[in-house]
Amino acid sequence: MAEEARNRNSRTGRWADVRYMLHLFRQNPIVLAGAVISAASVIIALMSGLLVSSTYWNHITPGASLCWNNQLIDWHIANVFNCGGPVYPLGTDLYGRGLLQMIIVAIPVDLQIAFEVVASAMIIGTVLGGVAAYMGGVVDEIILRATDIFLAVPGILLAIVLLVVLGRTIPVLTTAVLITWWPFYVRLARSQVLSEKEKLYVERLKATGASGPRILFRHIIPNTIYPILIQGTLDIGAVILTVSALMFIGLTPDPKYPELGNLAKQGIQYIFTAPWMILFPGLTLLIISVGFNLLGDGIRDVFDPRLRR
Amino acid sequence: MTAREEAGPILKISDLRVTFHTYAGDVKALNGVDLTVRKGEVLGLVGESGCGKSVTSLAVAGLLPPNAELESGTITLAGADILKMSREEIRQKRLTDIAMVFQDPMTYLNPVLTVGSQLLEIITQEPKLFLPALVRHRLEEIGPEGKEAPALAAERERLLSISRGGRPGRKEVERLARQYVVSTLRQVRLPDPEKVLDMYPFELSGGMRQRVMIAMALVRRPKLLLADEMTTALDVTVQAQILQLLRELRKEIDASIVLITHDLAVVAEVCDRVAVMYAGNIVELAGVEELYSDPLHPYTKGLLASIPRVDSARTRQVSIGGSVPNLLFPPSGCRFHPRCPKAFGKCPQVKPPLVEVKPGHLVACLLYEE
Repeated sequence: MAEEARNRNSRTGRWADVRYMLHLFRQNPIVLAGAVISAASVIIALMSGLLVSSTYWNHITPGASLCWNNQLIDWHIANVFNCGGPVYPLGTDLYGRGLLQMIIVAIPVDLQIAFEVVASAMIIGTVLGGVAAYMGGVVDEIILRATDIFLAVPGILLAIVLLVVLGRTIPVLTTAVLITWWPFYVRLARSQVLSEKEKLYVERLKATGASGPRILFRHIIPNTIYPILIQGTLDIGAVILTVSALMFIGLTPDPKYPELGNLAKQGIQYIFTAPWMILFPGLTLLIISVGFNLLGDGIRDVFDPRLRR
Repeated sequence: MTAREEAGPILKISDLRVTFHTYAGDVKALNGVDLTVRKGEVLGLVGESGCGKSVTSLAVAGLLPPNAELESGTITLAGADILKMSREEIRQKRLTDIAMVFQDPMTYLNPVLTVGSQLLEIITQEPKLFLPALVRHRLEEIGPEGKEAPALAAERERLLSISRGGRPGRKEVERLARQYVVSTLRQVRLPDPEKVLDMYPFELSGGMRQRVMIAMALVRRPKLLLADEMTTALDVTVQAQILQLLRELRKEIDASIVLITHDLAVVAEVCDRVAVMYAGNIVELAGVEELYSDPLHPYTKGLLASIPRVDSARTRQVSIGGSVPNLLFPPSGCRFHPRCPKAFGKCPQVKPPLVEVKPGHLVACLLYEE
């Protein structure tokens, strides 16, 4: 009797869903690895402020950056290009900052930009693409031609122009990457909705008097969200790489700014004297991107109720 | 039976002409359909594939595809002309008066939402339209005043205040809707309805899904139920169960049912009257017994003769000669004349009107035109 009640409880309800998702995660070692890496990077990002002071990267006395008054060299001389030890396990950089500490400060910067870009692109893309596909006709044309304009300009170039014109700050960087990113989501969402809106349950919904926005946003989009979600997860890695690339070519708010691409840029100048300076930020980038890519590959198996048979 | 026949028509279609504009040309799918559905009756609409059965029902529900053009005709539902309504008015009609049950229950349910959320949404999207029915239903469940369990007395008070114009909260509407939906699922004989509500469509069997579809139609308490090939996708045993359910339901619900099918056996099971369609026309309309015992139109005769029978000594399947006309280039006059064994001189020229040759028995054939 109790057995039966427990079975019933485990069959239904929200918790059963969550438990089943965890079960699916455990089933698939690759997705699990991706999930662990992604979760770890998010946790590090969230705890970064506790582990290392968020102003650590700029922990230099005001006049220190001036060459002719280089207190910095005197002050941190022992730490510059340190190749590792108990306090600085991954060594230090040319400013004498610990690389491990710098990476911990840099991860939230990168992840925040990536999440902001991907989430905004997903929302803009799903709404515009969904509306374009569902309404068709003139609306569809207008939205698609608008995306064409953005797609016609090479993405990186557009971002560079925006950064140079509007100033090299993090909000501008985020917006610049977003502007090059959203059109892909519009196309993806549009193609998904186009095929989904011909499904028969949409006809049934019309027959039950459901309104257009309800059909689109409550029924069609939840059915088409999985490819978009996967693309989003994969793109977290891609956005981090793009942001790092922009930083790497020098579009940083500050030369000392804690961002993985910027750290790598500093490292490349000292690749023979202090190889750890490019190795560890680069490795971190690789691990985070691979983690989110692996997660993206398997996320559908976990969340799509259609695949649970 | 007589009371039913005296009741006025719930649906009246007259001279309905629908053309589909396609790349190949204009397909004249409906060629002046006249049909009345009386209050509380089950009308069978039979005919071969492509004869316009489904187009008729889609026209009634206002769901014709964009390349279809309504050339002429009127569709009156409970006194109101559907074709003159705005889109919003038609949407409201679909929400409350007309319900459709579709052919394949799997593809007509959204696979990523639970059955419960799909059923509840019908009610919660326009709570104002359904609130009186919800309150009435719950009050009936509670039972007459004074006899209810003491715990329910407070709830009765609350319900009465809602029915007098009090505004219920969102949560309250959802709770009422859930109780209402559960009782509707019980009405379509679904076992363990509370549990079914939390299940996804793929977790249900074909018969259960079709019961859910029927429940979806019934929660709206429609005046007219259009059942388009509702048993076709089901296997025979489930089909029998669903027909049994339909027969039981017609006593319980106050709705007229139009049963669209190509299965004459299904029609004989549940219908009061039958309309036979051929190439976009109603060719014969009569009571079930009348039609099966005394078919008048040559097409109906052929159709009934072609039903295979276990008890006859016949070895060859009887069929109607020729093939279904291409509606891009429909035959002139009576559209059946090229295949008709009794065609004569006037047939290719004159389109026969639907005339009453016996009380309650209408036929569109020049043979019976006096």
